Amino acid sequence: MLKIKNISTYYGNIQALKDITIDVSEGEIITLIGANGAGKSTTLMSLCGIVPVKSGSIEFEGQEISKMNPDRIVSLGISQVPEGRRIFPQLSVRENLDMGAFLRNDKDEIKKDIEYVYDLFPRLAERRHQQGGTLSGGEQQMLAISRALMARPRLLLLDEPSLGLAPLIVQQIFDIIKKVNQENNTTVFLVEQNANMALKIAHRGYVLETGKISMTDDADKLLANEDVKKAYLGI
Amino acid sequence: MNLEYFFSLFLGGLTRGSIYALIALGYTMVYGIIKLINFAHGEIYMIGAFTSLIIGAALAMSGMNPILIFVLACLAAIVYSAAYGITIERLAYRPLRKAPRLSVLISAIGMSIFLQNYVLLAQTSDFLPFPLVLPNMKFLKPIEHMMTTTQFLILISTAVVMVLLTILIKFTRMGKAMRATSQDKDMAQLVGINVDRVISMTFLIGSATAALGGVLISSHIGQINFYIGFIAGIKAFVAAVLGGIGSIPGAVLGSFVLGLTESFGTGYISSDYEDAFAFIILILILIFKPAGLLGRKENEKV
Repeated sequence: MLKIKNISTYYGNIQALKDITIDVSEGEIITLIGANGAGKSTTLMSLCGIVPVKSGSIEFEGQEISKMNPDRIVSLGISQVPEGRRIFPQLSVRENLDMGAFLRNDKDEIKKDIEYVYDLFPRLAERRHQQGGTLSGGEQQMLAISRALMARPRLLLLDEPSLGLAPLIVQQIFDIIKKVNQENNTTVFLVEQNANMALKIAHRGYVLETGKISMTDDADKLLANEDVKKAYLGI
Repeated sequence: MNLEYFFSLFLGGLTRGSIYALIALGYTMVYGIIKLINFAHGEIYMIGAFTSLIIGAALAMSGMNPILIFVLACLAAIVYSAAYGITIERLAYRPLRKAPRLSVLISAIGMSIFLQNYVLLAQTSDFLPFPLVLPNMKFLKPIEHMMTTTQFLILISTAVVMVLLTILIKFTRMGKAMRATSQDKDMAQLVGINVDRVISMTFLIGSATAALGGVLISSHIGQINFYIGFIAGIKAFVAAVLGGIGSIPGAVLGSFVLGLTESFGTGYISSDYEDAFAFIILILILIFKPAGLLGRKENEKV
């Protein structure tokens, strides 16, 4: 479904991504793990067209997207939950969800999807008229995921959804990610520092080290790998 | 104290405030979205006034109804200025989208100087009498000494513009996109908003209201020249800062505070200091409430 081939990305003169190649098949959950500053967020931002790619190609369902504008890429069915949630702070919860469905015109279906995400996260339904900026961290993460789902993406990109959240909420959010993947057959590309959690729900994983892919394998094999254990699982 | 004098000053202040508000909207909306003080904005207002003067003078020769001429000239000014606003953004600001903010600011100042001199060369440096004068409305007869027809028209059109703009921003798709873009530009792109289009739209709306202000005030004062955009632009900018730049209700509030202060100041203190009042207020605001009356305090990330 998604083929990232040898992409390199620069910030000024500093190379953030070096020859990254990642394949994602339809219906999969794949995870990209790595330390701070390895280039995980840059990978997602390059994918979405926010950070320009210097060389290499990104194909989504056979279409080259590496030179497209971000709004075109969203319209193809790629949605991102960015790092730090990036909720629109002065829009209400409901308006944030409406923004997620910005490119859609099917009013009745949008209404259905709003009910669907309220069902996934009842907390959001309670706070629908509250401003996004006044929500707690966990609620903002729920809203960020819901907002991305409102676009009915076929590929959902998640950037560190566990960051700064209590373990109980992290568990809840990971359960939802799994549920969305199974029920809607949404392909998930999960970027995480919490390698343990990520590898447990993912099918396959990639390890990113200072801008390079250093390892790739099935998730359970990576979980058992000694190097990964030492470096990322703290065992 | 003479009550009638007080009221005429009050209405005069509201009129000034309305015009400032029509211009300040453009400053504050553009700042809200791309964090740029668009110094060429005053020139858009001046170009609006000139367009209506030219179109109005041409139509007057055909002997049409003066009200119809006024409306047509007004529309022409709005369309022409909106096109100018969009073009300026394309040519002078968009190529600098990723450049430091100072570069864009300098580009804006350059644009302002260029447009002033362009109109100076293409037209004249003299004050031109403004031909679009409306017949007096009958129902205003009893209060004519306090409020003229044009003043009445200024107040009404400003109110209408404010209501329309509020509806646009609160409830329409484009309005929501504008609010989202001003709060987080990258995230707006990630939900599929075409940010370039939102920015063009912002310039279009801001330029259109400024042009309307230009036409209205010119027909109130009765003469224009190439320099009117400079002082009006600076004062509207002060009004926007006073209310909290980036905030639309703030710009409107700031404009009326400024308009009333100027009106009462010139009426009760001295008209010699007419232009000084704006800057006294600006200095006081910057000292005591740097974010403006309704502005949000920005927490700069270090």
